[in-house]
Amino acid sequence: MLPVAHRVVGRRVETRDAVTLRLEPVAARLPPFRPGQFGMLYAHGVGEVPISVSGPPDSGGVLEHTVRDVGAVSRALHRAEVGTVFGVRGPFGTSWDAGSEDGAGTDLVVVAGGIGLAPLRPILLTVLERPRRYRRVVLVAGARTPDDLLYCRELATWAEHGLQVELTVDRPAPGWTGQVGFVTEPLARIALDPARTTALICGPEPMMRFAVDVLTRRGVAQARIRVSLERNMKCGIGVCGRCQLGPLLLCRDGPVVDYPTAGLLLTVREL
Amino acid sequence: MITDPSLDATPLLARLDAAQRARVAGTGREVRLEPGRRLFDEGRPAVGCWIVCDGSVALDVQVPGRGTVVVQTLGAGDVVGWSWLVPPHRWQLGAVVTADTRAWEFDTERLRELADRDPALGYALALGVAETVLHRLYATRARLLDLYRSDRE
Repeated sequence: MLPVAHRVVGRRVETRDAVTLRLEPVAARLPPFRPGQFGMLYAHGVGEVPISVSGPPDSGGVLEHTVRDVGAVSRALHRAEVGTVFGVRGPFGTSWDAGSEDGAGTDLVVVAGGIGLAPLRPILLTVLERPRRYRRVVLVAGARTPDDLLYCRELATWAEHGLQVELTVDRPAPGWTGQVGFVTEPLARIALDPARTTALICGPEPMMRFAVDVLTRRGVAQARIRVSLERNMKCGIGVCGRCQLGPLLLCRDGPVVDYPTAGLLLTVREL
Repeated sequence: MITDPSLDATPLLARLDAAQRARVAGTGREVRLEPGRRLFDEGRPAVGCWIVCDGSVALDVQVPGRGTVVVQTLGAGDVVGWSWLVPPHRWQLGAVVTADTRAWEFDTERLRELADRDPALGYALALGVAETVLHRLYATRARLLDLYRSDRE
């Protein structure tokens, strides 16, 4: 329950309101984070928020978190300079697990909307390290505008290393020569074998529902689809109940949830 | 005439029987389109439609002060152009090829004649177009939601 001190050793601006912080433990080290898990990041004197790990797993205690400035605590994290010390609790929650299964012969389709690419980056980095784990890996990522695409410098290298990268924006900007349309549109076009496809999706909830609709219409079984959910979190350890979604406590039973479980809950307006 | 057997798997023609698909295939041909070629312009008579096999096409609108604004890009499997089906048969947008593209191009005047002579074929074709419009509207509404906006805005 006690935050463990971590120092900011790197800060990379991703977009106008998102940065990726690289944190090193000051002394004690936390257990390794798995792709999809999150930590509770504590800005001293301001507060604590859940932020998914966005960097490579098993990095000797070094953590990467991509933070979007959307509130008081995230603003404090976003503005932190190198040398700032935060508290970190974790790792918490479930993971994508895509790296732990034998993916031989499987196609992995990763669908990201906006900041949702951040929790998916660790699994993509894992796949890049072990490219033969899957038959094919496709990333479909959408953003509001070209300037809102995360990890721009890396996206090109991912494509060079065998990932099929489909980027699309809701609103083009002058000079943009890429795809224009909601993320479901390239998702509907990519070649895929439904029986071999596992899909990992993260982004705004409606975007995830729409993406699942496209995939299931194309024959992908819901059991082969996982989504990352979020609700307001406080304790991170399944005690306070703030993150309850029906029978689930997302800090413990999520954030990664299989769609047969998540799908029914997401249609209940009161939840 | 289009002889590519993959035409049979095209969602637009999914509700047609084999004989009907053959008649539709008879109104089409495979074409190669080079980047920069404009397929149609807003306000012009709507003649022709295309199914992209591979490559890409951008739909655009002329906006004074902003120039040519791309509102959507289309790719493999997408239908380009349906205003030929509905009066007043005028294009609502412009379309330009943005990459080396292979497509099936259809003679829409012959398609309408086929539909007039065979209402069952016409109905099946209209349902296929309606399904395309539905999905495209669905995606457009998703964009209108502006789901990626920050809570601070």
